[in-house]
Amino acid sequence: MKSNDVILQTVTNIVLFIILMFSVFIFFNGHHEPGGGFIGGLMTSSALVLLLLAYDLETVKRVLPVDFKHVTAAGLLVAVGTGMGSFFFDAPFLSQTYGYRHFPVLGELELATALIFDIGVYLVVVGITLTIIQTIGEDR
Amino acid sequence: MNADEISSWIISIIVLTGSVLSLISAFGLIRLPDIYTRSHAATKASTLSVMCILIAAFLFFAVGEGLYSARILLGIVFVFITAPVGGHLISRAAYHTGVTLWDSSIQDQLKEKKRKQRPSSRS
Repeated sequence: MKSNDVILQTVTNIVLFIILMFSVFIFFNGHHEPGGGFIGGLMTSSALVLLLLAYDLETVKRVLPVDFKHVTAAGLLVAVGTGMGSFFFDAPFLSQTYGYRHFPVLGELELATALIFDIGVYLVVVGITLTIIQTIGEDR
Repeated sequence: MNADEISSWIISIIVLTGSVLSLISAFGLIRLPDIYTRSHAATKASTLSVMCILIAAFLFFAVGEGLYSARILLGIVFVFITAPVGGHLISRAAYHTGVTLWDSSIQDQLKEKKRKQRPSSRS
């Protein structure tokens, strides 16, 4: 049954960007304050689930032509890659380091290699959650 | 009275307003007869109460510690956008699954429209 969902879809279009923005904020916040890859990934996937609720599965697949199994694989690859990267500097597996760098607009920032590992966690969480939900939602 | 005392009075009044509104909303959930009037009570009063409490929390940290939390402002905007839509969707789903109105309801304008629409959507 095709139903009239104008209110839900309009609100989704606005709220989606607030949730995505907040998930990115939480993701970058994770080093010193509550947040990090896992909760940021969950929040991003909840935004995409909201999109799935407001529109149907085919529309979302057309908007986001991504196979989320590949996203999971890419996340695992990034996470293993950060572990392997420490071998190039004669350090044990998964060693982390950080440094301070000056940027033109943002000023001085602390850059940690733990962030790259967190990107891997983020991609794995988004990939697995959306794979599960899309697989369950498909067969009816 | 210095500025700290005045601000703490204002903040406590806002917190009390929010909690009393939340209590009124809970009473409305218990006392009102059917789902539509209940969702009326649950959406409006509790949205305003949550926003009051969040505004008070924002003011508390802004005045007391000089911490302007953008997260709380974003939360206020978010609750203000989403809570009424949640109430709308719940009562809409209730209407479409055939939950009856309260006995003393006088008119139901959506009923005729739905009956007129039904043959075309069935075919």
